[in-house]
Amino acid sequence: MTIAYDLTTIWAFIIAFAVFAYVVMDGFDLGIGILFPTFEVGPERDRAMNSIAPVWDGNETWLVLGGGGLFAAFPLAYAVILPATYPLIIAMLLGLVFRGVAFEYRWRDPAHRRYWDAAFTGGSFVAAMAQGMTLGALLQGIEVTGRAYSGSWFDWLTPYTLLTGLGTVAGYALLGATWLVWKLDGESQHHARNLGKRAAWATLVLMGGVSLYNIFLNAEYAARWLTEPEIYYAAPVPVLTALVAVALLRALSVERHSKPFWLSLALFFFGMAGLGVTMWPFIVPPDLTIWDAAAPERSQIFMLVGVAITMPLIIAYTAWAYWVFRGKVGHEGYH
Amino acid sequence: MFDQFDALLLARIQFAFTVSFHFIFPAFSIGLASYLAVLEGLWLKTGKPLYLDLFKYWLKIFAIAFAMGVVSGIVMSYQFGTNWSVFSDVAGPVIGPLMAYEVLTAFFLEAGFLGVMLFGMERVGRKLHFAATLMVAVGTFISAFWILSVNSWMHTPTGYEIGANGQYLPGDSWLAIIFNPSFPYRLVHTVLAAYITTAFVVGGVGAWHLLKDRTNAHARKMFSMAMWMAALVVPVQIFAGDLHGLNTLEHQPQKVMAMEGHYESHPDGAPLYIFGIPNDEEQRLDYAIGIPKVSSLILKHDLDAPLAGLDTIPDDEQPPVAVVFWSFRVMVGLGFAMLGVGLWSLLARWRGRLYDWPWLHKAALVMAPSGFVAVIAGWITTEVGRQPYVIYNLMRTADAASPLDAPAVGASLLAFVIVYFAVFGAGVWYILHLMHKPPHPGEYGVKRGDKGPIRTAGITPGPTQDPTDESRRNLSRDKREPETLS
Repeated sequence: MTIAYDLTTIWAFIIAFAVFAYVVMDGFDLGIGILFPTFEVGPERDRAMNSIAPVWDGNETWLVLGGGGLFAAFPLAYAVILPATYPLIIAMLLGLVFRGVAFEYRWRDPAHRRYWDAAFTGGSFVAAMAQGMTLGALLQGIEVTGRAYSGSWFDWLTPYTLLTGLGTVAGYALLGATWLVWKLDGESQHHARNLGKRAAWATLVLMGGVSLYNIFLNAEYAARWLTEPEIYYAAPVPVLTALVAVALLRALSVERHSKPFWLSLALFFFGMAGLGVTMWPFIVPPDLTIWDAAAPERSQIFMLVGVAITMPLIIAYTAWAYWVFRGKVGHEGYH
Repeated sequence: MFDQFDALLLARIQFAFTVSFHFIFPAFSIGLASYLAVLEGLWLKTGKPLYLDLFKYWLKIFAIAFAMGVVSGIVMSYQFGTNWSVFSDVAGPVIGPLMAYEVLTAFFLEAGFLGVMLFGMERVGRKLHFAATLMVAVGTFISAFWILSVNSWMHTPTGYEIGANGQYLPGDSWLAIIFNPSFPYRLVHTVLAAYITTAFVVGGVGAWHLLKDRTNAHARKMFSMAMWMAALVVPVQIFAGDLHGLNTLEHQPQKVMAMEGHYESHPDGAPLYIFGIPNDEEQRLDYAIGIPKVSSLILKHDLDAPLAGLDTIPDDEQPPVAVVFWSFRVMVGLGFAMLGVGLWSLLARWRGRLYDWPWLHKAALVMAPSGFVAVIAGWITTEVGRQPYVIYNLMRTADAASPLDAPAVGASLLAFVIVYFAVFGAGVWYILHLMHKPPHPGEYGVKRGDKGPIRTAGITPGPTQDPTDESRRNLSRDKREPETLS
């Protein structure tokens, strides 16, 4: 496994960063949506919602960067993946529509609040499931002829993609629960920790399932993990993942602040690193490498300048926005 | 079953539907973000609570409109790939980076500061909050800048090369791509349209409340501000639109021919048709009523200047004339109606009757949604007018679509139609409900929860917190009518 540090590789890492940022940031928003029915109607739901209301829009913007960045840096991949996973993408977009408007509508219309709460949950679940299944559809391989998708309608629907979809739902639920452990207190926090434990186990089991499936699914994937010398590069990923998992389960039993959330982020990070090892250097397995799909150098350089200038600023003011709304989310009379 | 043409037509309908629905929200939020910045700036400068009340009144409406704009906008960023994958592959190297810049310089800016703008007034200082509002307003403009550059490039492509694999590749200079010939005109025309759209909504809401209570100071202020915009900006817009038209004549002559209904060439002065029924089959304008030579006067500034007609354009390169002809007339007609309201308001102001001339208020109320109609009609004119091309003279729309079957595109179109009408219909209803309530002293901001806005433990209210807010909140909780719909 050699990595040439050319512009295309840099862009692959930028897109991976955008996807990671999206997954963990909107992941906890969507996770709260998925867990929403388990919260008591009234202050508990309101506080859960309020803990993400100021930041969800910024979090979702990373999805636009992931999609827009893919379009700009790897237009061929964008042009192949989206038609191949067409129903999933449409379902995800519509799910995000319901989820996004529910933030505003539920406050505007208490008479129908439970319907908008249901839209919030349904939209979050559908979006998470569709994202996970899209990832699975990509990993299991997309049929390409010439410069276009040439598979059939339902190639994306297999037991494997259902597994990756459920894994994503569980993972987002974990992020959402641990975020709430951080942002809530009292009885609600206790509830969030219990949810976190269950979601952590579900996530770990499904992650393990997907990993094993990958190895049996594709001989090339297996080779990346199990042959020398690749195994030396790849081995730290599962080892570190296991260590993080143990730390997370322990933290969920005792911690009352941010630690479980950060450990969940670490779990996602190693999960994504594992996917990176599995896929590299393909962006659309089994045919298109990142170099096959890359935009020309002039496009890459032009955008790289933009990323270099704006990304530190984006991270700075996003961090500031989080800092403004730091601390436990209270309710009236609570200080 | 369906043949390929149906899948293409369905994909075109889907794009037209999702983009038209989407654009309604930014057309409003671009102007409203700036209006909010002006209101907050005036509040900081004068210290008058009236401006703060108006700020909070419109902030609630902005929050809903912005959320609808965001979720319908995400759909757009994926429509290119889902339904127009061949176009995405071929044009991605040129327009993809511009859209990436839109995300990096605009979307993050808007989204990053929106939370503070909506919920942060009691958490950051007044000036910092004003800065957040400004960032959101600037973000909406930057967003318009990039996406209109992309759109304009598709109308007047420049600065590209054609690669060996058939892709359009960027040439030496990105400036030649970004500042393509139609871009400056389109940018000015569209941003002014957004400001005017918002002004007529604000004016209509002000008029509605003046009709019920002409002493309402808040309604007076918003009506007056909106009518200044109508009186001053609409004439500028008509001028800008004229320049945009001349630019189109230079670069996309058949679009102007369709707008004018000029099937035949006019070697010595072309008439301005006011009415007519375009007949593509026979290539003539039936029942035409026109003013001789005026079209040449407008387009060439010379009564006798020759103007070529669609008879110089092969049939398979002509846009569908009727759609372009009529949408153009709707846009222009509404533009002049807006000008009329603006002039009327000047007369009313001069006679001291701005706040007690019910017919003016009724006219402003009727015209409240006119901006949205004009904006959509304008986009239909320009987008249908460049057909049959998606990238003008380079790539046909028919060659740009994804390899999808008609039932897939049809099913997703149906889903979008149902969801958009239900979800955005509800949102518009909530906005109308907020508009229906009169603005008043002690106006609430964006409220979270039945028992007050979000609080955070461990943060004591700082010296920057607005003490009037606290007392107002208590006041409003006790005495005011409930905020909510119930």
